[in-house]
Amino acid sequence: MSRESGLQTLAVHAGEAAVKSEFGIVDSINCSSTFTFANTAAIIDMLEGGPERDEYARYSSPNTRTVERKLAALEGSEDAILCTTGMSALTLLFWGLLRPGDQLLFFDRCYHRTRQFCYDYLQAYGIRCQAIPTGDYAALEAACDSKTRLIFSELPTNPHLDVIDIERVVGIAKQRGIATCLDTTLASPINVRPVSWGIDYVVHSATKYLGGHNDLLAGVLCGTKQSLIPMRQLQGIIGAITAPHTAYLLQRGLKTLPLRIRQQNSSGLAVAQFLAQHPKVKRVYYPGLETHPSYPLARKYLAGGGGLVSFELHTDRQGCGRFIDSVRIPKIGPSLGGVETLIEQPLIMSFYRASPADRQRWGIDDALVRLALGIEETDDLIADLDQALRTL
Amino acid sequence: MHLSTRSIHVGNEKDPLTGAVIPPLYLSSTYAPEGDFSTAVYDYARSGNPTRAGLETTLAALEEGVGALAFSSGMAAIHAATQLLRCGDHIIAGTDIYGGTYRLLHKILNRSGIETSLVPLDDLEAVRSAIRTNTRMIWVENPGNPLLTLVDIEALADIAHEHNALLAVDNTFATPVATQPLTLGADIVMHSATKFLGGHSDLLGGALVVKDATLLKELYFIQNAIGAVMSPFDCFLCSRGIKTLEVRFREQCKSALWIAQYLAHHPAVRRVHYPGLPDHPHYELAQRQLRGFYGAVVSFELDADYAATQRFVEATRLFQRAVSVGAVESLIEQPASMSHASYDKADRLKAGIDDGLIRLSVGLEHVHDLLNDLQHAFRIAVPLEDAPQETSVLRERQVGFLT
Repeated sequence: MSRESGLQTLAVHAGEAAVKSEFGIVDSINCSSTFTFANTAAIIDMLEGGPERDEYARYSSPNTRTVERKLAALEGSEDAILCTTGMSALTLLFWGLLRPGDQLLFFDRCYHRTRQFCYDYLQAYGIRCQAIPTGDYAALEAACDSKTRLIFSELPTNPHLDVIDIERVVGIAKQRGIATCLDTTLASPINVRPVSWGIDYVVHSATKYLGGHNDLLAGVLCGTKQSLIPMRQLQGIIGAITAPHTAYLLQRGLKTLPLRIRQQNSSGLAVAQFLAQHPKVKRVYYPGLETHPSYPLARKYLAGGGGLVSFELHTDRQGCGRFIDSVRIPKIGPSLGGVETLIEQPLIMSFYRASPADRQRWGIDDALVRLALGIEETDDLIADLDQALRTL
Repeated sequence: MHLSTRSIHVGNEKDPLTGAVIPPLYLSSTYAPEGDFSTAVYDYARSGNPTRAGLETTLAALEEGVGALAFSSGMAAIHAATQLLRCGDHIIAGTDIYGGTYRLLHKILNRSGIETSLVPLDDLEAVRSAIRTNTRMIWVENPGNPLLTLVDIEALADIAHEHNALLAVDNTFATPVATQPLTLGADIVMHSATKFLGGHSDLLGGALVVKDATLLKELYFIQNAIGAVMSPFDCFLCSRGIKTLEVRFREQCKSALWIAQYLAHHPAVRRVHYPGLPDHPHYELAQRQLRGFYGAVVSFELDADYAATQRFVEATRLFQRAVSVGAVESLIEQPASMSHASYDKADRLKAGIDDGLIRLSVGLEHVHDLLNDLQHAFRIAVPLEDAPQETSVLRERQVGFLT
């Protein structure tokens, strides 16, 4: 399979054996927890670096290896590790790469659990973590010291969808021998492939767009074979792996990833444009809109604006809640990226106990709505938002 | 609500107990209802299962029916529909039908004294001539397999109803994205959910959808009595697949049209069967009845011998040689030796399903890659002296893809 094959062809075939077990068109699900050897010589052969094979499912299993190859192909990376959840993948990277005394720098606009992990756990183990104002490359550069080992950011950020200048981050990092990691969950490899811009590690919550059907939890960490060795070894010890049935469902979902993203990009732009001209909407955050501060960077780095649209309403927190309760197609709940549209009020869903000062710092307006578009008909989604806005 | 929205939300209402966005999988084979057992909603999984009920609700919504029934395979669904008939009844079926359907009608139903006549259903006069006083059902595929013949469903429904017969439409190749036969007068719609509905080659399933409540009750009685129901796991996978039905089918139809056009211009191809080509005998009907979604199945005949056909089918690398259609992987096959091998040879040739016919099922791979694969197969199977002509056609098509 040539790398020049469109992402569509890769999505269907990459990572899979041309001829499968019993000549099936799709992979079988191998549930075995352990794998046997023909004889003692076969074990020694494996230990002495013979052909890749499984021995125990905590280290590797057929379905996870297939999905890892497919994910790596889609991401354009050499290798990928499939983990239990997105947070497993991220923490696997942190634990595998960082040691006491090392410094981790990250742009502050990110998933709040990532921040929590850095301050409550990594710091406790002597790994210095410093949050940098998102997009402040001068501050990022100034904060680098001789022990800085990793620079991390999301792209785009959640929920304001800021796009990072990847080349600038890579420039700062490579000069100093610092590794870089981007969490591009919200974009998916269809909209951006950071490895091609020089990023060392890419992380995804596969729960979102990659799985695409809201019925599995998984995470993936992409990088070169060499750069992933410490993380694979660590995963083999702590066991944050994916079950074979989950790996299969993820593999199945990946086959329609390019089509789903295309539909979500299209709906995202149409919905953002509709909201931007609506009198009840105060502000819209969508990287595909010219009004977004990241628009020039979005044009440079993203193939599409994505399926997330965040917007602030001309109302208070209660009014926002009533709006959310009036929509009929989206379901109210956390998460994003699946074929069903989801909607939430970040103030209530994720920042309920945060102080007003913190909420202001993270830009969480009382009437901020985050809409995670699925692949329903665009007209249906806009009509539904229209009727819900009328209730305000 | 448009089809794509319905396919995602109807029948997939969130779990009231936990609020889960995706309804749980109910594997229980038996149920312990409280209160009056005879009026319980669920008592035994053959008779009813919540996961299957969810899928059936979705299918009914997609086909504009009042209810649907999910079976363990397409053939099980067809069999259940034919169980509406009795000994001494007569069925009229199209000549362009799946080999398995042919076999059921001619080798199984005949044992119960049900007679079948094969009639070219696009010839309405022939249909009228074939109808008898004991004709109870007309069975048609939309479009037909493997020659993609198209029959006017509305006209056929009128004829069927004039003679108190039911019209059953196997809508597998069209899918509800293209056609909703119940809205055109059909009484029963059937699907092999194995194909486009499931969409990922990992389940076997069948479905019947009807718009008459009495007919639904009769078919439910048959389903419960015979018991060939779809398993909960397969129902789950099918529901999951249906959510991307429209985006998949739209893309597959787009690619199939390119491929049909490429083949139609190819010097080594004698004939292409595809409803989206203007020289299809029922092109105008296709535009109306298929609403612009001409399908993902393309059949064609090489202007070469049987050996060349075999070489072609074995030479493709992206198109895998396998039966079935409708999945994300592209497939190629020779109906004479594969999907229609169960025909008696005389009937098969009479239907125009020649040894040299090749059937493609276009998947989701990039159409550029698929065309390259076909070009490669032509070079191996039917090397031409004037190769430049072939290549320039491909290049002309390439410009189209990039825009």
